[in-house]
Amino acid sequence: MTHRYLPMTETDKKEMLETIGVNSIDELFSDIPEKVRFKGLLNIPKAKSESSLLKELKQLASKNNDTDSNVSFLGAGIYNHYKPVIVDHVISRSEFYTAYTPYQPEISQGELQAIFEFQTMIAELTGMDLANSSMYDGGTSLAEAGMLAAAHTKRKKLLVSESVHPEYREVVTTYAKGQSIEIVLVPAKNGVTDIEALKGLLDSDTAAVMVQYPNFFGQIEDIKTIGKLTHEAKSLYVVSSNPLALGVLTPPGKLGADITVGDAQPFGIPESFGGPYCGYFATTKQLMRKVPGRLVGETLDQNGLRGYVLTLQAREQHIRREKATSNICSNQALLALASSVAMTALGKQGIQEMAKQNIVKTRFAKNAFEAAGFEVPFQGAHFNEIVVKTNKPVQEINKILLQKGIIGGFDLGRLYPELENHVLIAVTELRTKEEIEALVAEMGAYNA
Amino acid sequence: MHNENQSLIFELTKEGRVGYSLPELDVQDFDLTELLPEGYIREEAAELPEVSELDIMRHYTALSRRNHGVDSGFYPLGSCTMKYNPKINENVARISGFANIHPLQDESTVQGAMELLYNLQTSLVEITGMDEVTLQPAAGAHGEWTALMMIRAFHEANGEGHRNKVIVPDSAHGTNPASATVAGFETITVKSNEDGLVDLDDLRRVVGEDTAALMLTNPNTLGLFEENIIEMADIIHSVGGKVYYDGANLNAVMSKARPGDMGFDCVHLNLHKTFTGPHGGGGPGSGPVGVKADLIPFLPKPVLVKQEDGTFHFDYDRPESIGRVKPFYGNFGINVRAYTYIRTMGPEGLKDVTEYAVLNANYMMRRLEPYFDLPYNRHCKHEFVLSGRRQKKLGVRTLDIAKRLLDFGYHPPTIYFPLNVEEGMMIEPTETESKETLDAFCDAMIQIAKETEENPTIVQEAPHTTVVSRLDETRAARTPVLRYQKA
Ligand SMILES: Cc1ncc(COP(=O)(O)O)c(C=O)c1O
Repeated sequence: MTHRYLPMTETDKKEMLETIGVNSIDELFSDIPEKVRFKGLLNIPKAKSESSLLKELKQLASKNNDTDSNVSFLGAGIYNHYKPVIVDHVISRSEFYTAYTPYQPEISQGELQAIFEFQTMIAELTGMDLANSSMYDGGTSLAEAGMLAAAHTKRKKLLVSESVHPEYREVVTTYAKGQSIEIVLVPAKNGVTDIEALKGLLDSDTAAVMVQYPNFFGQIEDIKTIGKLTHEAKSLYVVSSNPLALGVLTPPGKLGADITVGDAQPFGIPESFGGPYCGYFATTKQLMRKVPGRLVGETLDQNGLRGYVLTLQAREQHIRREKATSNICSNQALLALASSVAMTALGKQGIQEMAKQNIVKTRFAKNAFEAAGFEVPFQGAHFNEIVVKTNKPVQEINKILLQKGIIGGFDLGRLYPELENHVLIAVTELRTKEEIEALVAEMGAYNA
Repeated sequence: MHNENQSLIFELTKEGRVGYSLPELDVQDFDLTELLPEGYIREEAAELPEVSELDIMRHYTALSRRNHGVDSGFYPLGSCTMKYNPKINENVARISGFANIHPLQDESTVQGAMELLYNLQTSLVEITGMDEVTLQPAAGAHGEWTALMMIRAFHEANGEGHRNKVIVPDSAHGTNPASATVAGFETITVKSNEDGLVDLDDLRRVVGEDTAALMLTNPNTLGLFEENIIEMADIIHSVGGKVYYDGANLNAVMSKARPGDMGFDCVHLNLHKTFTGPHGGGGPGSGPVGVKADLIPFLPKPVLVKQEDGTFHFDYDRPESIGRVKPFYGNFGINVRAYTYIRTMGPEGLKDVTEYAVLNANYMMRRLEPYFDLPYNRHCKHEFVLSGRRQKKLGVRTLDIAKRLLDFGYHPPTIYFPLNVEEGMMIEPTETESKETLDAFCDAMIQIAKETEENPTIVQEAPHTTVVSRLDETRAARTPVLRYQKA
């Protein structure tokens, strides 16, 4: 049997076996003990031709309600944003996507430089000294920040605000278990970290305080005060941040953050049912040698030309093995490239305009909900999400909305029992006035 | 010879240029001071580039030309399985019904995606011979850590929380010991014997009642099948430990041997290797974990199940689960590509993949054997490791050979790994390369071996044809410049 991915011919086979000095391919597998040798064929579906497989998979995809043909108000960490079309053109260049990690810098300058530019843009946005080349996603990046903080401070407790993304918190908890680190939840009050409660919890065993900015409810917290308290306890301050919001918000680096993490998904990365996204990890010079994952640095070649290499590798698993600062090896390089292209396209002006549109359109939605008689319980400043209280179960409302081609917000009762019948509505720059009005009208009609 | 620096995008900036097209603002505008608290409005704009769309395309096109991918040429980077990345995979992952679905949508609106994941899980269960598979881990190392956390939970549940040692062969990939540390274990290294396989006597010596697990890569990083695998699993099981299979090299054994049949309790796979997820210049990956029945209760949350009515569901009601290892459900986009690949190959195809990957590697090994030292002279699997110690005596190091290969248009093999081979070169051709390509690469290697004897400087000073010459890594590490700063 021949296959379009397999160039082997019968003649090749014969010649190669002769060179090797064996009679059959089977002989090459004689080192597999007879007892455990798998014989016959795997019980998986038969191969399909290109066209019939495409047809089948398109049909399968059509069973899903996508955010392209529906109007989405679902966010909760992953957003439906403007994706400059050039992003896909760039990341479809196979010199990028079919390359491995840039271990041979002379033939990987393109990737290395692109990552260096990514590191620069993330450092700019977050106001931190430096950023690494990417992490799996925002959640694992937050977990790595917690591990770093515990190792650096030699303390064994992380204070995590309840207004941090619940799934991120769960990931931090799993990682912490491995390191025997204690996780203490700092309660949220009125949709923001309860600072009084935090004061009572901070102690000399606190490795780090972890907050989110804007937080899971879309609120902009008093990050600065929390940072001060954190540093008074000589703990590290970890801020998880939506980098788009930082187009207009004071960057965490200016508000006392020691580590800023998050996900660059808002920059040109599709929702893709949970991944791949692009975790980022930014920190201070002081913690540079403890950063997890890969770093690209600038240097010169033998002729004095500028070039880029993977650097400070003495932190990493392939050098330090069990003493490495993290076990991460493969990261999310292609998504770092995607987000770089999107950040470049938006540029200095566009990112401010896009961030502002999110705030302004969310404000419009907030006013519209309130005008229609909905309660919006958390009245602090917001980025692109608000919490709306409903009279009916959110799941029921979302069913009705879907019939109108609207993907409703996130049902907060799923994760916060006290927020039953509360929905988290995300409004990005892509949502039009008409769409927002339609959402409020449909919800209002059912809610009454 | 190039004599100009490639511009950074920041150096192309000109105030006032834009590369975006945002929706028009169709609601009432506000001044940010009305909407944001004092002290929270950014005072200095982030210095992102200001360039036109064409500037961007030219910039990244220029960068792409300074990069070598599998589509550019042969890429025999050992342990990385740099096979062809099928284009249909890219098309499928971009179908709107897959690319544009939100992970928190109601399950009833994403049944197609869940069906695909379920089918992929089912295929991987069959391919590995395990009882259940989770698709959550984002990459190989993440899968290792996930599985080790499950092993930890298993021992704790059995009142054996004292088992704190993970045994790792000296030839193991660096992520194995690093993952053990992150999962809270102490690493014990077990030696390789003169055949390049785990030394059974040493293994017997290090096991004990504190053994949590053995992590074994098979074929190992020398490309050799661990023949004593059944004994090894028995040794670990007899003291109550678990055996972990690093399946990053599954390309060598698909349809030939299954970790589940070999007595392994868990396995991770790198879908971005064997199953054609493109490596993306360093990621993303996908590192599913397969487990035997007694580890199922500890699988990370949520577990994707098929219900009696045929619908698919994420099950969060798993009281013994290790918890969540990643937000949402893994690197879906890579899982879509892997599934597309499995469906493209079918059972016969996957068998051919393994057979040809192994045939190609053995063929190259035998062609190169007269010119380079071959420390472990036996049939290899998907890759083999040569030693450059003969060339080193002539003043040419393996690093030089790697750099010289660049002049021939090849990506070099993995070098100086595994650590137990002096001046190692780990070569993995994969099954998607033709005999002509293998021959041309072997010819280049043979020429370099000859140059080493006749004209070593040409090798020592290589590369001669790349956009930059050798880079000063010491300088990069000593005075780290990790971001652009406006002059
Ligand atoms: C044998 C082996 N194990 C584990 C890994 C780690 O995989 P990843 O890079 O996906 O984390 C690799 C790849 O680098 C590998 O070759």
